[in-house]
Amino acid sequence: MAWFLRPKENRAKGNKTRELPDGLWVKCDSCGEVIYKKQLEETLYTCPACDHHFRVSPTEYVEMLFDAGTFEETNQNVRSADPLEFEDTKPYVDRLEAAYKKQPSDALTTGKGQVEGHAISFACMNFKFIGGSMGAVVGEKFARAADVSLEENIPFVCVTASGGARMMESALSLMQMAKTSAKLAQLAEKGIPYVVILTDPTTGGVTASFAMLGDIHIAEPGALIGFAGPRVIEQTIRRKLPQGFQRSEFLMDHGFVDMIVHRKDLKAKLAHVLSMFAS
Amino acid sequence: MSTKKNTKAQTILDFEKPIADLEAKIIEMRTMQEELGLNLEIDKLERKVESLRNQIYSDLTRWQRVQVARHPERPYTLDYINNVFEDFIELHGDRQGYDDKAIVGGFAKLNGQTVMVVGHQKGRDTKSNLERNFGMPNPEGYRKALRFFQLAEKFNKPVICLLDTPGAFPGLEAEERGQAEAIARNLLVLARLKVPVVITIIGEGASGGALGIGVGDRFLMLENSWFSVIAPESCSSILWRSWDFKEQAAEALKLTAPDLLENGIIDVIVPEPSGGAHADPAKMFDIVKQTLAEEVETLQKLDVDDLLAKRLDKLTNMGVWEEVEESAR
Repeated sequence: MAWFLRPKENRAKGNKTRELPDGLWVKCDSCGEVIYKKQLEETLYTCPACDHHFRVSPTEYVEMLFDAGTFEETNQNVRSADPLEFEDTKPYVDRLEAAYKKQPSDALTTGKGQVEGHAISFACMNFKFIGGSMGAVVGEKFARAADVSLEENIPFVCVTASGGARMMESALSLMQMAKTSAKLAQLAEKGIPYVVILTDPTTGGVTASFAMLGDIHIAEPGALIGFAGPRVIEQTIRRKLPQGFQRSEFLMDHGFVDMIVHRKDLKAKLAHVLSMFAS
Repeated sequence: MSTKKNTKAQTILDFEKPIADLEAKIIEMRTMQEELGLNLEIDKLERKVESLRNQIYSDLTRWQRVQVARHPERPYTLDYINNVFEDFIELHGDRQGYDDKAIVGGFAKLNGQTVMVVGHQKGRDTKSNLERNFGMPNPEGYRKALRFFQLAEKFNKPVICLLDTPGAFPGLEAEERGQAEAIARNLLVLARLKVPVVITIIGEGASGGALGIGVGDRFLMLENSWFSVIAPESCSSILWRSWDFKEQAAEALKLTAPDLLENGIIDVIVPEPSGGAHADPAKMFDIVKQTLAEEVETLQKLDVDDLLAKRLDKLTNMGVWEEVEESAR
């Protein structure tokens, strides 16, 4: 049976998804299949055996979605500050420094490019940067990317992946929910399309703001999408959560996602959606 | 709740103990004075209580303020509605099948002028807390609030939101019915609502659950309320991996009204009577009434385009970041 035709029950359900490890061979978090890394690149970081979607960075999404050579990154110079001088077991500035070494664009990469000829403004979250948490930089870069859409009258597309608001910026990060939503209200008034691509995981303040305000919601299969995390819910209601709870398929069944699209079809589907707004 | 001045609070917080001890002594001395006809220096002791209370309350740690914000006798939304406003007509339901009692609201008069009041509502005992779900709304609560916001817009009435919640309810059904979507929708609508919106945090303002009815033109905080991305206990459990660091978490989160004023998030600190809102609710209601009336009056002088432009500016300027030179990267 072809790998993309396997029955649904064989697909990713695991919630132990981790970032892609280094090395030649990678073990699938969901089915345990050992995969040659080159092959994983060819399948766009989805498991050839079970279709599990590995978490990937903006770099991979840019490569996956944009016509070759059309994407230009913007706002790379916008960096997180530490206005609250936050310190838990480690100072926030140290966490930032370590994170910037590996992921220079903070938890949100923004830019502009073309998807099968459609010009879009683009924002893509990076779960590897402090859990994809939304601090003031995420809010500001999101707002600037939305402004590009407003100025040039082109659709805005956002790929989400986030653990929620960034605790180390406290109320300042909380207010980014209001900031990003206000920007989207402006887009809505001007009739500019806003498409959200929900990936694993999208939770907390990001879900409760710009991830749930799209004109169209596309989700990758098996992605965890919710407001409260599953652990918090279990602790609150004191019972086990059902299989598949808060996954893309669950959200689609409940009316919060328009379509679930395999990564290999994502570019074509996005272009298809964009074509509906084009003429 | 009684609104009479000098009603003694039933719950004594740890740091309030010295005040309570002195107050108990005064009562004891009064009895002795009456019974034995002695002339004791009670006046002097009363002044001492007052200065002790002022001293303790002017020097609260952040965690102590969180405790004051959660004081079980602190006035809640309906207490403000009934004592600050007149002629309240409570409205119910999201018109989609549910009435979430963790959110209350309706039309009322503020100094004779119609406004829409919406707020989180906590309960005071087990029964009312179950009914109010401890002030933690489900999606239907946010959709109920949304209906009230749009009703206010339709009839051109200012909106006043009173925030007091430990957070949106993290339940299975809440997720199923779109807690995140419900909150997000309110943020979007409030950002562009064509009437003045005044937000006041009266107690706890935790996370998206508070913000879901907390976006507007002016942000006010009562002196002993708190507002943060997460409650200190939860922050402790995530960042310190233990529940024992709530005091440190409260300090780190900078969640008090003075902190938020300093960081440019709120506009006004509403002073509380000495000893907190629960020590003198009647005085608290007076202060809130006067403050809200002034805020609404100022906003109503703006035409709607101005109002919305200012609100958008305010919201989109939220946050602190740096811009580095390209070469520094």
